Amino acid sequence: MIPSAAFLILAVVLFVLGIVAFLVKRDLLTQFMAVEVMLNAGNLAFLALSKALGRPDGQVVVLFVITVAAAEAVVGLAVIVLVFRQRKTIRTDDLKELRG
Amino acid sequence: MALIIFVILAALCAGGVTAMILSRNQAHSALFLVLAFSSLGGIFGLLDAPFAAAVQVLVYAGAIMVLFLFAIMMFNLSQPEPPSRKRVRTVLGLAMAIVLLAELGLAARKALSSPQGPAGLPDARDIGHIGRLLFSDHLYAFEITSLLILAALVGAMALAGRTEGE
Repeated sequence: MIPSAAFLILAVVLFVLGIVAFLVKRDLLTQFMAVEVMLNAGNLAFLALSKALGRPDGQVVVLFVITVAAAEAVVGLAVIVLVFRQRKTIRTDDLKELRG
Repeated sequence: MALIIFVILAALCAGGVTAMILSRNQAHSALFLVLAFSSLGGIFGLLDAPFAAAVQVLVYAGAIMVLFLFAIMMFNLSQPEPPSRKRVRTVLGLAMAIVLLAELGLAARKALSSPQGPAGLPDARDIGHIGRLLFSDHLYAFEITSLLILAALVGAMALAGRTEGE
């Protein structure tokens, strides 16, 4: 029997690792992967609490999150492809037209 | 026994994400992430959610990461990321992450100290029950999801499917 605290702690660690990856990495693709890591941490928290509370609703929400993540990955990658076609780079250090 | 499996899978998962952060090659990052997501699928299995585990491995480790790998091959970034000059941003990001870790840890402790329901109802792992829930209580969300996927498909083709000349 694994305590549900262990799952929640893993979810917290994964989310923070995703934040670190998003802030430390310098290219759009890897930052996008970091977003996926954070979504997965959320999924893990949903499933852990679903088991701890004995309610299967969390599993339903996880299915929705995975579906939306798939749609988001498709559109996000299309946008990154467009950025690469126009600017020939996806490094965020080189994309600073919006800097004030 | 289950605890040993959990520790191994959790170490693989966190280690995969850490390796993804440390790696300078995007293709290696994506492959480390496949490892992390696959072991996360195993953890979902430990949480009495076999369907979510299967979907995690199929959709995340399979479909989404293959999409990422295709994109990486398309960009053909042969030169690795040069070492960053902006140390300040990295340090600030790490500091913010530590603060967030403390905050989320406190929130998780509070969530667990609240009174818990009856743990492990017999139907919690029954896929048929989840299916009924999906098509009764969450029917609207389910139908809207299908519309969302169609919109994403058409949107991605409209955005990236264009050729250079147009």
